[in-house]
Amino acid sequence: MDQFTINLLFVGASFALYIGIAIWARAGSTSEFYAAGRGVHPVTNGMATAADWMSAASFISMAGLIAFTGYDNSSFLMGWTGGYVLLALLLAPYLRKFGKFTVSEFIGDRFYSQTARMVAVICLIVASTTYVIGQMTGVGVAFGRFLEVSNTTGLLIGACVVFAYAVFGGMKGVTYTQVAQYVVLIMAYTIPAIFISLQLTGNPIPALGLFGDHAASGEPLLAKLDQIVRELGFNEYTAHHADTFNMVLFTLSLMIGTAGLPHVIMRFFTVPKVSDARWSAGWALVFIALLYLTAPAVGAMARLNITEQFWPNGTSGEAVSVEQIETDSAYDWMATWKKTGLLDWEDKNGDGKIQYYNDANAEMQAKAAEKGWTGNELTKFNRDILVLANPEIANLPSWVIGLVAAGGLAAALSTAAGLLLAISSAVSHDLIKGAINPNISEKGELMSARVAMAVAIAVATYLGLNPPGFAAQTVALAFGLAAASIFPALMMGIFSTKINNVGAVAGMVAGLSVTLVYIFLHKGWFFVPGTNSFSDADPLLGTVKSTSFGAIGAAINFAVAYLVAGMTKKTPQHIVDLVESVRVPRGAAAAQDH
Amino acid sequence: MAENSSNSSYWSANLRIIFISLIIWAIVPFGFGILLRPMFSGVMIGGADLGFWVAQQGSILVFLALIFFYAWRMNKLDAEHGVDEE
Repeated sequence: MDQFTINLLFVGASFALYIGIAIWARAGSTSEFYAAGRGVHPVTNGMATAADWMSAASFISMAGLIAFTGYDNSSFLMGWTGGYVLLALLLAPYLRKFGKFTVSEFIGDRFYSQTARMVAVICLIVASTTYVIGQMTGVGVAFGRFLEVSNTTGLLIGACVVFAYAVFGGMKGVTYTQVAQYVVLIMAYTIPAIFISLQLTGNPIPALGLFGDHAASGEPLLAKLDQIVRELGFNEYTAHHADTFNMVLFTLSLMIGTAGLPHVIMRFFTVPKVSDARWSAGWALVFIALLYLTAPAVGAMARLNITEQFWPNGTSGEAVSVEQIETDSAYDWMATWKKTGLLDWEDKNGDGKIQYYNDANAEMQAKAAEKGWTGNELTKFNRDILVLANPEIANLPSWVIGLVAAGGLAAALSTAAGLLLAISSAVSHDLIKGAINPNISEKGELMSARVAMAVAIAVATYLGLNPPGFAAQTVALAFGLAAASIFPALMMGIFSTKINNVGAVAGMVAGLSVTLVYIFLHKGWFFVPGTNSFSDADPLLGTVKSTSFGAIGAAINFAVAYLVAGMTKKTPQHIVDLVESVRVPRGAAAAQDH
Repeated sequence: MAENSSNSSYWSANLRIIFISLIIWAIVPFGFGILLRPMFSGVMIGGADLGFWVAQQGSILVFLALIFFYAWRMNKLDAEHGVDEE
């Protein structure tokens, strides 16, 4: 059986499983559609949250970004896990006590303002749509590879699958499906990592292998990696090269953004009790940590494997020959990935060998001139392909490659489905039922939810064709937007009785618009390529990249809200009472009735 | 009124726990993982220094510990102040 058939088999079997579960647990009423009847156990909920949360960005993209940058991209690891602390301590238990379905309902009620609710809906839609664009980038890479078609075709096919899939059920279907998806994706991520860790270090636990010894040389793995990348003129893997201020801001933006993402917060409305909401955030992070502790090992080990494949005789020996790439089965992955258009190489100096090195490094330029090299000949290596190509690069058995295919798709699909649900509930429940037509029938509400999904996926697919960055980078922008708009409003709503309706609205509007403008200035207006006035290589404000601006946006949101609230009418007593009641767990059971 | 004062002492106890937890939450990744990394460059963990380990793995373990500590501590505090769910 060839690899293509095996991949299809694994992907097909996993899909049959998810769809089977979705049909079995299909949402009947509106309340089930949104919040699964509040009957989900914290561990189950944690696992589903983990699947929902770990998207194409975590699964497909993150390790690749770490592999080629090393320590400097640790921000992704710290940022995307640290946000759970904020969620667990500052939001989850209180929002569960409040006992409504959506984030914007909380904001609308707490700030006793229909305007606040609508502004929150807009913030949610903007952040979620940006997030879906990042997912579609990952979907394109995954489908492109496994159907062996171009990235664009893969993206279009993937979009249809995501839509069909998301329409199938509401959260109840999605909750149990996502438990299955979690199991598939964590196996798909860790099994190849275990194989590779055993090959390189002899340690079956990748997270420990990363800090173990490289079996072939006897040196510590990271020291070996530092040495060979240095010899090719790249930055040392473990060293700190990035701008420190930007790195701090970026990490902070990802953390705050995590705690402001509607599809993650919504999960905490679905546990039975307030105390469960606290545990639930912890369980979610346990399941997330299984992948996040493995990811840095995947990145470092892949970087080592790739470098050694191009320099089979060591970095001072001869580079790999074009003939070997074309004939040796160990290099088959290069031909397969070339088809997607995401990997390319060119024998520039015509010596029959492919020299992979950093041609921007002065020392390497001198060495290249001496050896007759005319530039780095690995001309394209899209970071997003690393995780999916990894088992092929390490020559793992074909069933492992099939499993990774299924895992990558599970990651992208589960998050895309969760986000589409968040977008559709924002439109149908908050925008249409809450403002435009309060008398809409339950059927009409479900219908409008599905139309909203279709529109969101069409927009995301269109923009996903020319994404503003690698999957994880686009997703990071979405986090910046959530950080600047939703998180501050929620936190102030719970922890301060001083913030009134006008303050909250002004804060959200200021945070969202300043952040959005900063992102558009660097990434193009509405992400249309070529319309940007600045680039992240030379940002508008010092060293602050557009991906890191969320933390500043959040600070603006807090500051504006406090200033405006101080100048306008005080919060009325019944709202102060509401805040007081949200702060204590007792009485949460009554809040379940709708 | 008795309930109110209990609620406010419950709330200030909660705020104190949150405050201490968030200090740890901030110091580990931003301090040990990034800003203070050069100070501990001599402490080696398997081929790299302490800061590298904290940035890539240590922070995540600390976050986990913090969340579970908070959940356990707060559920206990709820009971102590009689505001837990029946």
